[in-house]
Amino acid sequence: MLELYEAVIGLEVHAQLLTSSKAFCSCPTEYGAEPNVNVCPICLGHPGALPVLNERVVEFAVRMGLATNCSIRERSGFSRKNYFYPDLPKGYQISQYEDPICYGGYVEIEVENDVRRIGITRIHMEEDSGKSVHDLDIDTLVDLNRSGVPLIEIVSEPDIRTAREASLYLQQVRQILVYLDICNGNLEEGSMRCDANVSVRRKGATAFGTKTEVKNLNSFRNVEKAIEFEIQRQVSLLEAGGTVVQETRMWDAGAGETKIMRTKEGAADYRYFPEPDLGDVVIDDEWKESIRLSLPELGLAKKRRFMAEYGLPAYDAGILADDSEVAAFYEATVVATRDTTHETCKLVSNWIMTDILRIMGDRKVGINETGISAVQLASLVSAVRSGAISSKVAKDIFPDLVGSGRLADDIIAERGLRQESDTTVLKGLVAEVLANNPDNLEKYRNGKTNLLGFFVGQVLKASGGTANPGVVTALMKEALDGTGS
Amino acid sequence: MEYFADRDRLSRGEATVLDRVNGSLTRINEHQDLNAFLHVDSEGSRQRAAESDERFASGLPRPLEGMTLAVKDNISVVGQPMTCASAILKGFRPVYTATSVERLLDAGAIVLGKTNLDEFAMGSSNETSAFGPVLHPIDPLRVPGGSSGGSAVAVAADLCDVALGSETGGSVRQPAAFCGIYGLKPTYGRISRYGLTAFASSLDQIGVFSKTVADMRAVFDVVSGHDPFDSTSVVPPSPRQRTDGPLRIGILPPETLAPCDDSIRRAHDDVVEQFRRSGATIEVVTIPHADIWIPTYFILATAEASSNLARFDGIRYGLRVPEDEAEGDIITASRTAGFGKEVKRRIMLGTYVLSSGSYDAYYRKAQKARRLIADAYTSIYESVDFVVMPTTPTTAFLRGGITDPVTMWLSDYFTVSANIAGIPALSVPVGHDAQGLPIGMQIQGPMFSEELIFDLAERMAAQQ
Repeated sequence: MLELYEAVIGLEVHAQLLTSSKAFCSCPTEYGAEPNVNVCPICLGHPGALPVLNERVVEFAVRMGLATNCSIRERSGFSRKNYFYPDLPKGYQISQYEDPICYGGYVEIEVENDVRRIGITRIHMEEDSGKSVHDLDIDTLVDLNRSGVPLIEIVSEPDIRTAREASLYLQQVRQILVYLDICNGNLEEGSMRCDANVSVRRKGATAFGTKTEVKNLNSFRNVEKAIEFEIQRQVSLLEAGGTVVQETRMWDAGAGETKIMRTKEGAADYRYFPEPDLGDVVIDDEWKESIRLSLPELGLAKKRRFMAEYGLPAYDAGILADDSEVAAFYEATVVATRDTTHETCKLVSNWIMTDILRIMGDRKVGINETGISAVQLASLVSAVRSGAISSKVAKDIFPDLVGSGRLADDIIAERGLRQESDTTVLKGLVAEVLANNPDNLEKYRNGKTNLLGFFVGQVLKASGGTANPGVVTALMKEALDGTGS
Repeated sequence: MEYFADRDRLSRGEATVLDRVNGSLTRINEHQDLNAFLHVDSEGSRQRAAESDERFASGLPRPLEGMTLAVKDNISVVGQPMTCASAILKGFRPVYTATSVERLLDAGAIVLGKTNLDEFAMGSSNETSAFGPVLHPIDPLRVPGGSSGGSAVAVAADLCDVALGSETGGSVRQPAAFCGIYGLKPTYGRISRYGLTAFASSLDQIGVFSKTVADMRAVFDVVSGHDPFDSTSVVPPSPRQRTDGPLRIGILPPETLAPCDDSIRRAHDDVVEQFRRSGATIEVVTIPHADIWIPTYFILATAEASSNLARFDGIRYGLRVPEDEAEGDIITASRTAGFGKEVKRRIMLGTYVLSSGSYDAYYRKAQKARRLIADAYTSIYESVDFVVMPTTPTTAFLRGGITDPVTMWLSDYFTVSANIAGIPALSVPVGHDAQGLPIGMQIQGPMFSEELIFDLAERMAAQQ
């Protein structure tokens, strides 16, 4: 029955901005400080304290807007969203309501071999609330370090059709935020938060079904699973003759299901009205253009360029371009090899995607903290490409490069690992091996040609592992069959 | 008390700041029945007085050296409590000092204490204070006006030189008129609001009470100016100059003056006649929509108040009803116990006008009306230099004399339009009614015309 329906999904993403001070006061935004130390009368909501907007917040919002193809409103303003909660010091959140700073953009995602455009309805600026800590035996505790930390909320159009697309969209948004250096994109720590609006309708229908809002999606996996669950739940309801109720639901990752939080009737009336303590946010063209010029090449563009320029497969290009530091490391390595043949480019990619990403994963570090530099990796790749060492030797000495700062050539020379490709030397070894194995030679000549591997192996062994396997194979074949290759 | 009347003697060493301060403290003590002060800082004041005397002695006094100042208790002063005359802030001690007070302290003023007010500045009679009403200095059965009643009485009863109050819809000018002193509501944004407990942010301004224009001008010079901590504070475009030719005074048409008592009406006509005799041209101006001034004001003010007062929730400071005693949650219980009746009335009204079903019908409409009123003033000031009108329709009324809230709100009839339009206005004492109660006339001018208003007020004083 699922195939009779299609889902209509929109995501609301909150991203904590990497400004050094809060949105409306000069308190630091650092994460993980002792509770209630990064506070002042303004973010504590003391009587008479007034907000003053941090210009950086506006700049970051505009960056995101331009990077997602949004229009930037020349004049926008803040509103108050009023509700009571112990960790909301002023009893209202300063947000944008009627005139968000960015609107009408889109993000491209690649689904299978298709490019899908997901519309961005709006991006607006707002402040974060504090944090209530409930999971203690004693009373609820409130930490206001986070109160007033700047956020942008990125609201998508209901253009997403599957849980997989939702996850890809979220990954794309995260990648852009991180590329722009305006958010660290950490879903688990909550510096990026996501809510999903989900409804289903019969395929071919144009009207929207009743939607539910799903909260607490703190990983890409959970986004996918929660939406998947919610689609199934709604379809089952409809199939059983029921109706979907507009409500807010909470994803329970442990139970693997969404649970009801509140219904529409229980929803607060936020009584938005223009924030009288702040003036309008005015963005002139000159500033907007200077921000536009400062935008970096984004992940998707980089991926496409890597494919065209380096001949990389989409898979490689996608992984390398996902992290701007990895991408930069990749390009630096290619440059250091002074060889832009597609073979070399692919070899560099292989090394990064396997050995280096493994170190990053194991040690939870960035690519610039793995202990191996682009120049070192390039020396290793060049040694393989020039035939100085085999791929196997390269794998063997890779650990010696990590943390040592040494170049591959240095280690190869010191340990005498240079691959022997000299045909005169190798012909001698070939002859020697054939002479020592008359029985097998006889068998080979009688048709057991798969003994070629045995002979090559014997030569490699006799060389102490330094013989170039390619050259040995060619020579051995020549010796056995009287032909070159 | 008049600061500049004594300044020369202080400079010459013929009088001391300490004597003046001690005199004030004695009078404050003698007039405790007026209930003007909620907190007096005797010790700190004497200490600062001694410092001021040293500065006079060293020949390097600051512009307001030793001036005695009372501060309305909704403005933050470190070292003194701040209650906003509400039970919900009982025991609260602010951790920073308001920009306006900071500037006065830097100029040498001495904060004698904090003055009583209507709870959270919501009232026109000073009867809504959680700490009891302030009495009128001439007739203890009457109200001193509100909401800055304590500050007005402190100046009127000679308990200090000057006082800071705050205005949202007339809370400085109205008590100044009732008490017979000067009361200024500056151009919106000219005095920093940082440290003023917000009632209605887009209307609130700190104001000044004084007995003389000279004292008023000196205080205004010190406290006005841009403050980086208040995004709505402004730098005046350029000092406004007097227009060429005879003074042009605008007055209201008779129907707009209709709510006035006879005595007020006579005082108004006398003032106008005086202007005419001194060569001014008099022009009747119509500020349209007089019938919607009050509704517009109350919609905007209560809407903002409902949001501004949300921070008083018993969580971080002030009164908290403990969880085990609270029926329901701490926030509801604390606010129910902490706020008085008038404050609750306005929070509910404001919540209503902002709610999703009413926003367009009330709040959005009031915003439009506000623009109409502001635009009307702008065009009026193309043809006149000032508009002169009564500050209040009546003189000080009897305490308990007005019980209907809407009637009480109507006492702000002449004052709210200046707040709605953001223009400056000064209430000037012009005489007394038959019972000896003071009458005030206000001079309203275009944006940033405070200095010219002071000039005019000085000329009026000289003619009396």
